[in-house]
Amino acid sequence: MAKFLPLADAVAAHLRDGDTAAFEGFTHLIPHAAAHEAIRQGRRDLTLVRMTPDVVYDQMIGMGMARKAVFSYAGNPGVGLLRRFRDAVENGWPHPLDLEEHSHSAMAQAYEAGASGLPCAIFRGYKGAELARVNANIKSVRCPFSGEELAAVPALRPDVAFIHAQKADRKGNVLIEGIIGVQKEAVLAAKRAVVTVEEVVDDLAAHPNACVLPTWTIAAISVVPGGAHPSYTHGYYIRDNAAYLEWDRIAAGRETFLEWMKANVLAASPADFAHRVAPLRTSR
Amino acid sequence: MSAFTPDEMMTIAAARALSNDDVCFVGIGAPSAACNVARLTHAPDITLIYESGTIGTAPDVLPLSIGDGELCETAVTTVSVPEMFRYWLMGGRISVGFLGVAQLDRFGNINTTVIGDYARPATRLPGGGGAPEIATSCRRVFITMKQSTRGMVETIDFFTSFGHGEGGDHRRRIGIATEGPALLVTDLAIWMPDPRTREFTVVSLHPGATVEQVRETCGWEAKFAPDLAQTPPPTALELKTLRDLHARTKAAHAGPAGRKGA
Repeated sequence: MAKFLPLADAVAAHLRDGDTAAFEGFTHLIPHAAAHEAIRQGRRDLTLVRMTPDVVYDQMIGMGMARKAVFSYAGNPGVGLLRRFRDAVENGWPHPLDLEEHSHSAMAQAYEAGASGLPCAIFRGYKGAELARVNANIKSVRCPFSGEELAAVPALRPDVAFIHAQKADRKGNVLIEGIIGVQKEAVLAAKRAVVTVEEVVDDLAAHPNACVLPTWTIAAISVVPGGAHPSYTHGYYIRDNAAYLEWDRIAAGRETFLEWMKANVLAASPADFAHRVAPLRTSR
Repeated sequence: MSAFTPDEMMTIAAARALSNDDVCFVGIGAPSAACNVARLTHAPDITLIYESGTIGTAPDVLPLSIGDGELCETAVTTVSVPEMFRYWLMGGRISVGFLGVAQLDRFGNINTTVIGDYARPATRLPGGGGAPEIATSCRRVFITMKQSTRGMVETIDFFTSFGHGEGGDHRRRIGIATEGPALLVTDLAIWMPDPRTREFTVVSLHPGATVEQVRETCGWEAKFAPDLAQTPPPTALELKTLRDLHARTKAAHAGPAGRKGA
């Protein structure tokens, strides 16, 4: 059963130095508040897994928390490159970062394999793609029936997955709506899962086929209104596109980056997210 | 007919290549504008798919990311990302994959991973995302980019997504069953692969563009079809549709004050 905890306690209980951690969200529902809490707690030596490491992994990498990134697209969506990620890869600042790079198809199916309890994902992919040369975890197998050569990648089994969702009921069942990404797979693939939600309700009012994670698949739930900002929560507030554009300037220099992190993350708290999304809220 | 820019011509020429029956996997940036101009002009029933899982989407403004809420709100259905890549892409449901690129060679091979060496890159780019499998699972691949000698190169630094490889039947030889790059639309011209060598060849020049300009902005020795055509200029409707779309997009992305209420 999921435990309702303040975010600081949930992160302290479930994220340890050296963990393989997935803070998932495919543009939508990115768990920024949870990641900022991890930054404040100063976790180190993490292997950060995510299909689309964007601003929040740029921040974690820039703060020196990551030893390795497992990913398939490291960009600021619609804006450009990730400048802190680039500084780590190109210049080793603040320290070098190991990369395990995949395609989206491979990552999505590796999470699915993890959720399925399989050792690997098998799919038609990576044909002629050079990632297979630089990533030892991309291999091939032959179909025993057709003889077709298929790609194989190991299942993703993070120590801990963090996601953000619309709401939980009082028992801790969680509803995810809109662009659901790989969150369900990430939670079911991980050994522990922590979910931040916009609110707790008596009844999820979920359609029979809705994406619901039962309470017993989740270790901890924290109520953090606005916890996805500057990403968005469908039905609650829209994406802060201006903040993504602004990040490009902030992350351009090491000094401006560190100053921003000090003011907006280290000296901030989960409660600040509600103010940030106030002008972005949609009518409900 | 008002004047138009090479960028506008590029987007409109790319839009014209799409048909009402296409199921199109849309890359972010220039492809997204072209696909939505097609939908708003001659191809109202085209199915646009973004890799965030939105199928049959009809956004009023261009998304800044492939997962903007507008895509989900206007979609026929939204599926999970694993389902998107398994059932819809790998399952062979997509007729056209429309990609933008950082570096391209004459055979339509694409690099969006690194400039320089992979282990010690001069510039680390975002990486492939969905493109390695979009390039091999969609029936055909369309590419759009502005011409430059930095972008259109003799040899790409990294094979992110396989086009026609070394040309000819290279795709078949490594077990790829789909057609691959079938169209390249730039700000100066329309290129199509030579039927035998598969090298991109200029088949149509945009109004005002010259053979010399194409040569100067291309890093390989550009080949031209003997019966070189001229791309028809944008119609008033095409131009108005594109400009209105950009104006709505600019207002929506400027910040909360510029957004329409939801």
